[in-house]
Amino acid sequence: MPETLAADSIGIVTAQKHFFSEPLTLACGRVLPGYELVYETYGELNTQKNNAVLICHALSGSHHAAGYYSPEDNKPGWWDNYIGPGKAIDTNHFFVVAVNNLGSCYGSTGPTSINPETGEVYGPDFPPLRVRDWVHSQKRLMDALGLHQWAAIIGGSLGGMQVMRWALEYPDRVRHSVVIASSMKLTAQNIAFNEAARQAISSDPDFHQGYYLKHNTLPRSGLKLARMVGHLTYLSDDVMDRKFGRELRSGSFQLGQDSELEFQVESYLRYQGEKFSEQFDANSYVLMTRVLDYFDLAREYNHDPVEAFSNAQSAFLVISFSTDWRFSPERSQEITQALIEARKEVCYANIQSNAGHDAFLLKHPRFEAVFKAYMQRVHQEC
Amino acid sequence: MRFDLEIMQGWIDSNSHVLDLGCGDGELLYFLKHQKNVSGIGIEIDETKFNNCISRGLSVIEHNLDLGLGNFADNSFDTVVLSQTLQAVHHPEKVLAETLRVGKQCIVAFPNFGYWRCRWYLGTKGQMPVSEFMPYSWYDTPNIHFCTIRDFENLCTELNIRILDRVVTTPTARLQGLASHWSNLFGATAIYHLSR
Repeated sequence: MPETLAADSIGIVTAQKHFFSEPLTLACGRVLPGYELVYETYGELNTQKNNAVLICHALSGSHHAAGYYSPEDNKPGWWDNYIGPGKAIDTNHFFVVAVNNLGSCYGSTGPTSINPETGEVYGPDFPPLRVRDWVHSQKRLMDALGLHQWAAIIGGSLGGMQVMRWALEYPDRVRHSVVIASSMKLTAQNIAFNEAARQAISSDPDFHQGYYLKHNTLPRSGLKLARMVGHLTYLSDDVMDRKFGRELRSGSFQLGQDSELEFQVESYLRYQGEKFSEQFDANSYVLMTRVLDYFDLAREYNHDPVEAFSNAQSAFLVISFSTDWRFSPERSQEITQALIEARKEVCYANIQSNAGHDAFLLKHPRFEAVFKAYMQRVHQEC
Repeated sequence: MRFDLEIMQGWIDSNSHVLDLGCGDGELLYFLKHQKNVSGIGIEIDETKFNNCISRGLSVIEHNLDLGLGNFADNSFDTVVLSQTLQAVHHPEKVLAETLRVGKQCIVAFPNFGYWRCRWYLGTKGQMPVSEFMPYSWYDTPNIHFCTIRDFENLCTELNIRILDRVVTTPTARLQGLASHWSNLFGATAIYHLSR
């Protein structure tokens, strides 16, 4: 935490937990006998209880979306740029709920939790999930918090998929759906990247078919490589060139010298991979990437996005970023077009940014202006 | 309400579905939504105007009209509006044709370059006209395809477009009488109601 806290920071936050004892039947047919969700809330719920906003996280996100855990904490929540007093998701106006998804490894029930039926860690035996399972689990949290309707549900990337699923599964429970840098389904190229990442993990000798905890080990190098593959797809060619170019971290190309060479970009990617492999669970990563791959918004609506969105009742804000090639602007334009044809209220902006897919996490004046204008409109209806 | 918008809203049915190409701050759509229960979508490329539409609670899409309307299905709107937009696109004839593919009817408003003040300005000064209504210099104007009322009606004939109605506006009421006889000389702005 910086020595003097910025006026628009939410400050110190604490995570909360809720245990759900009622079994949850999953899309795959298996049943979770009970589960726990960790979440954080920011801002105050108003007396009409109509100012609640749900934040859905992406692949490696968590419930820690804003603020700091302690004065010593030097890293704020993952969406601190957009959540706080006076920010786009203004905590002076909204009661913000950020929840960690099932199957993740940041506290909610997932592969590292104990399976009550066996008394052992789930590991790879944790049931496969779909986006709708997250939505249904989040709906129970909504009920537990005594909320009847979200003013808005907001998410980027995989988070945006949850937002869209919410709008179809519980149409009367959400007034505004904010879908950022997302897609109605992954492209083959996207699935291929995820498979390369999963192969990196499963081919690590320390993976042990996912039972690494039983072997008292972790597939660190596999997870590191998986993250490196993923991470480089979140950046654009342009931003990598600007950030690293062909700069060398060590060594020299001088003739007659035979020293080990390392480009800055190599060192950066390795660092990102290593950092991630220390904090994320390999089974969770495999599970979450599969959730991404399996998602197909319109599958049960005759593969017709217009028919799918006809069930929605909320208004939509759709945002894409110009250099995002993992969830390209075309994907967001398909969402927008389907919404228009389904006669839904929709705003769409394609933000000019050189930051690739990661842009939705970063500060950007135009993104902020559009996001803020829309959220003020959401607030005015509260 | 601006006079030209007043004319346009009169040609748009209550409870209909409207696409406003180059909707600006969304003044027309806002009126239609709240006074005539019209479901409308605006298309705007200017960032500030786009945000103003969002703040007004309108549906608005950021899209460059020069890329066409390929995403929109035939007859998907009751009315498509091109208010002070046609002169700012690269291919007005294509946009106009697209407009009548996507919409059952269309409303077009543009500044008449045949207006006597334009002719006077060009004739006496030998320079491109700059006025309160068209305040740009030739090099920085967004209006890259000026036309006169006669030019526009010739294009409509070429494209087999039916002119259902036309209103010509003038800055003063006195000129209105002259404009009813010599529209291409005394009309400052022309507003058309068109169909296929």
